[in-house]
Amino acid sequence: MTAARQLAERHRFRWWELVPWIAGVAVFFAFPNYLSFGTQVLITILFALSLDLVLGYAGIVTLGHAAFFGVGAYTVGMMAMHWGWNEPLSGLVAAALVAGAIGLASGLVLLRTRGLTLLMLTLCTMALLEQAANMGAAWTGGFDGMPGLSFGKILGLFSFDAIYFRSQYLYSLVVLLACFVLLRALIYSSFGQSLTGIRENLLRMHAVGAPVRARLVAAYTISAALAGLAGGLYTQTTGYVNLSVLGLERAAGVLIVLILGGYGRLYGAFVGAIAYMVLEHLLAKAYPTAWQLGIGLTLMAVALYARNGILGLGDALRRRFGAGGIR
Amino acid sequence: MDPISILLGGLASGMVLFIVSVGLSVTMGLMGFVNLAHGGFAMLGGYAIVLAMRHWGLGFLPALGLAFVAVAAFSVVLERLLYARLYRASELDQVLFTIGLVFVMTATVTLGVGPETQVVQLPDWLRGQTDLGFIRYRTYSLALIATGTALVIALWLGFERTRFGARIRAAVDNRRMAQSLGVDVGRLFAVTFAIGSGLAAVGGGLGAEILGLDPNYPLRYLVYFLIVVSVGGLGRVAGVFYAALLIGVLDFVLKIYFPKGGTIFIYALALLLLLWRPLGLFGKRGA
Repeated sequence: MTAARQLAERHRFRWWELVPWIAGVAVFFAFPNYLSFGTQVLITILFALSLDLVLGYAGIVTLGHAAFFGVGAYTVGMMAMHWGWNEPLSGLVAAALVAGAIGLASGLVLLRTRGLTLLMLTLCTMALLEQAANMGAAWTGGFDGMPGLSFGKILGLFSFDAIYFRSQYLYSLVVLLACFVLLRALIYSSFGQSLTGIRENLLRMHAVGAPVRARLVAAYTISAALAGLAGGLYTQTTGYVNLSVLGLERAAGVLIVLILGGYGRLYGAFVGAIAYMVLEHLLAKAYPTAWQLGIGLTLMAVALYARNGILGLGDALRRRFGAGGIR
Repeated sequence: MDPISILLGGLASGMVLFIVSVGLSVTMGLMGFVNLAHGGFAMLGGYAIVLAMRHWGLGFLPALGLAFVAVAAFSVVLERLLYARLYRASELDQVLFTIGLVFVMTATVTLGVGPETQVVQLPDWLRGQTDLGFIRYRTYSLALIATGTALVIALWLGFERTRFGARIRAAVDNRRMAQSLGVDVGRLFAVTFAIGSGLAAVGGGLGAEILGLDPNYPLRYLVYFLIVVSVGGLGRVAGVFYAALLIGVLDFVLKIYFPKGGTIFIYALALLLLLWRPLGLFGKRGA
């Protein structure tokens, strides 16, 4: 296949792109007792996808992406707690809007910097929000958070399933699909193309007259909104929200998921979230005290021997045997 | 509490932050390596001291020396075997690797020693209070301030007045130019990495009184160490010193006056300082 044809056709859907969704539905029927866990995996995939847009495509290295997840989660939680706003879909929209607004505001200020400074600024922004959530106990519940939230029926038809998480799982799957289709279109648009350009060669993008700052801020805002949506989904499906949604551990966790799967390639988020969470789940079950050791060694090995994550490893194998890679 | 006591307490915790962070600043300045596991070396040092004193009956000072040597040796082995493979990798691979290393350290300590907080037993001559003439204050805090001051002077002399220090400064300012002038940056880095980790180990032990010592230490204080390093400016010993004192004193004061969530001001301050001077208060625009 020539390079030109490959470029012209790279946005087309391929047969294997159906696999994750078929698998998602298959899990619903095959593992009815694990749907609570499955819901968390779906939310993590959405969160990691939002990070992929800024980190994988635009090359913005952030350690504070949980800030937006947390803002979304708290928005939905506080609306339900204080205003009795229990309608799920409008809650998600509100979460995305508020997180997007904070992403826009912080992006305008922070994205003038790069590298370590930017990493630290995103980290400090997140820590600031975490402390604010801790201090504003009257609104946020402080350290204890807001437990026992309940939400209305989805579209007025499906109520949340407290025991088997069936409706939560399907709800999350549909939201994920919708966000993924949007994100995929965005990535393969000229906008997504210019983000990749900025990541690969900042100087040249400036030289050809691309509005670099505006593009970066736009990507950051969209990504923040999607992360907020994932956070809102988290609050709705679990029925509680606490400080853990805003912490360094969640931010580091989603970064690990994305790097593990492979960043800058959309499907890395899927592979990474499933691999990381299933590994964590199995290790924690088998070795309740030592599971962190296994996770740590895996991460070190991936960083050393499987650059570009699990999908990158797959690419390397495929290159060895001839055919082109998944992009 | 009177202002002088508060200042002394803050200076003592600032000194701990300095001793732990200074190595991180130099190694990050040299190689641009994002080493999130630096706090792990501080934790290992603290545990080495606790275990050596408990099981081998070592005194406090010999245990400190042992921790420095053991952690420095261990870190240089890690550096040569593993870190060195990632110098040319992306920041993200470095982040993944060092976070994995933190997990391994935390899990190893939890399994080997246990999840509870450890106490470093201070010798008698470091307990109680000392009369300074104008004020009586905790001997240990005063000793920390004296140690930190002596250390910063020693490091400053080492940096500014020795050939080795000149090589480090040259490599921080412009690595490629230093390399083409015949400076072996790889070896330079291995040595500074070992010294920096050893100092972190000493800081972990000395600071256990103030920061505590348990398996979650590396992640809990990661943000603090990174703030000190980035506010001070990469590869700047004096910068890290002032930043550590600033953050240490501020943190101490805020914990007294705003016990609930006073740290919010630290983050806000770091945010504003970094927006104002993206390379840190003392950072220079290098290569």
